[in-house]
Amino acid sequence: MFTFSTRPMLLAAPLLMVLGSAVVAGGADLGQPASPEDFAAWDISILPDGRGLPAGSGTPQQGERIYTQHCAGCHGPKGAGKPNDQLVGGQGSLAGTQAPVKTVGSYWPYATTIFDYVRRSMPLTAPQSLSNDEVYAVTAYLLHLNGIIGENDAVDADSLPRVKMPNRSNFKSLYPGEAR
Amino acid sequence: MRRTRVPPAGPEDCGAAGGLLSRRILLTSAVAAGAVGSPARAEPLTIPPWMTTPGSPFTPYGQPSRFEAKVVRVITNAAAPGTGSSRTPHHRLNGVITPNGLHFERSHNGVPDIDPDGHRLLIHGMVKRALVFTLDALARYPMETRQAFIECGGNSAAMYAKDPVQGDVQQLHGLVSCAEWTGVKLSILLDEAGLDAGARWVLAEGADAAAMSRSVPLAKAMDDAMVALYQNGERVRPSNGYPMRLLLPGYEGNMNVKWLRRLKVTDSAVMTKDETSKYTLLMEDGTSLQFFFPIEAKSIITHPSPGVSLKGPGLYEVAGLAWSGNGKVARVEVSADGGASWAPAVLQEPVLPKSLTRFRIAWQWDGGAVTLQSRAVDDTGYVQPTRAKQIAERGSRSIYHFNAIAGWAIAPSGEVKHVYV
Repeated sequence: MFTFSTRPMLLAAPLLMVLGSAVVAGGADLGQPASPEDFAAWDISILPDGRGLPAGSGTPQQGERIYTQHCAGCHGPKGAGKPNDQLVGGQGSLAGTQAPVKTVGSYWPYATTIFDYVRRSMPLTAPQSLSNDEVYAVTAYLLHLNGIIGENDAVDADSLPRVKMPNRSNFKSLYPGEAR
Repeated sequence: MRRTRVPPAGPEDCGAAGGLLSRRILLTSAVAAGAVGSPARAEPLTIPPWMTTPGSPFTPYGQPSRFEAKVVRVITNAAAPGTGSSRTPHHRLNGVITPNGLHFERSHNGVPDIDPDGHRLLIHGMVKRALVFTLDALARYPMETRQAFIECGGNSAAMYAKDPVQGDVQQLHGLVSCAEWTGVKLSILLDEAGLDAGARWVLAEGADAAAMSRSVPLAKAMDDAMVALYQNGERVRPSNGYPMRLLLPGYEGNMNVKWLRRLKVTDSAVMTKDETSKYTLLMEDGTSLQFFFPIEAKSIITHPSPGVSLKGPGLYEVAGLAWSGNGKVARVEVSADGGASWAPAVLQEPVLPKSLTRFRIAWQWDGGAVTLQSRAVDDTGYVQPTRAKQIAERGSRSIYHFNAIAGWAIAPSGEVKHVYV
């Protein structure tokens, strides 16, 4: 019994010393290398400065048609809400003690988040089914309904990060060291 | 006699007003001395039918007794099924581990039916080399086991309401659960990929139909984050992220991304929907607090509680759960006189950091109207605040991270109601 428990340890010690330099931080080093082309379909997150935004564009007018077809059933006509979240209006409703109306227009700090979220999660019954042009168009439509861009303003990878959202400066980060 | 005793400032073994007894009472066999009256004579004992016929055969996967059919999650569906939550029945449980079938659930577009052989975890972004991991590969890494609670940032949100919402512990506070998690430390995988200079955040993304995503500080990812594969010894349940979830001990539940499929190392937060339009706390001045990550110290009395009423005066055990996302629970105090006096409760050992902690205290109920409340203090010195203090600091429209003291009013009938204290 005693020799059974000690012998593997004696063998393991030099083995660990040999492998020590090859093994990364104690892991098995079994991650398979991948290139950006391999995971392009997965890399869907968009940073506030626009990194990650794909080619394509859309206008509010184009977006209205897509919204009516895919979005209005849950978010109401022109983003009025019900049965799900209201997307339009509420600007000026945040301060005070009354119930706030938190919408894309009144609350969301970054326009890039609209593209990121719509593309990854919407429509609820068929997420990731809209083309990039369609997502740009719906984004443009929501921004226009909220009075943030004009009715003929096209939204693309260049213009979307430059859209200044009304509530942009009203978020205070509690995470130490986050400069935003 | 006990009722006139006033507790000193220190956490000594004394009781408090309203019938709360010394901690020593629980630790000795002297409880019988506190009993009021004597129970009715026992009925004659007969041979029960389950002793006179063979029992049922073995089953591949065990289920609770059919007499425990009430011990289930309560489901809160939002406008669309699969976008709401289900809550843990803490008033019907004891100990600190939540059974896997009763762990709370929150999802944003249903529970995906993931074939583990087809699941991949991608790590990329600001790393030396992007890597893809299969479940089989991860299973060969060194693992660790730890106990941790997960609490939804929106748990107890009803307590922001102007008047106390009448509900039980499950309805009001059921979006917290605790499990033993086993998996691979995330730092091992990030080290294997090799972090670039300037990396500060990690976007975590799920493989569900919402592709739910959150930005996690790199410091947390490299500290105690885990890619969890097992929950209470078995594979993580589908509703909790099968085949793998991110575990960020102590951080709000939403960040513990389920069905984890992608980790992108970045230099700034991605500002996803769930870290901007949700899980931010709106103040009365119109500003919002963002990146409120750790759950602050909190406690809830589970016994007695609404639906767990008292059956006449006498000796009871007041029991509950306490937790802190910033460390260990250092002490829990219980008051039975509206907060005028507090008695230290016994903490069930082992007290583990970022885990649920069970507290208990003996209580002699005289049958009168009384309000019970509990107050947790963690090992950073943070004291669970009163509701008035929390509302004064945040207003009543913050929705998230409500952790103030809750109160239960006991009526002479033994019924328990939710009250503000």
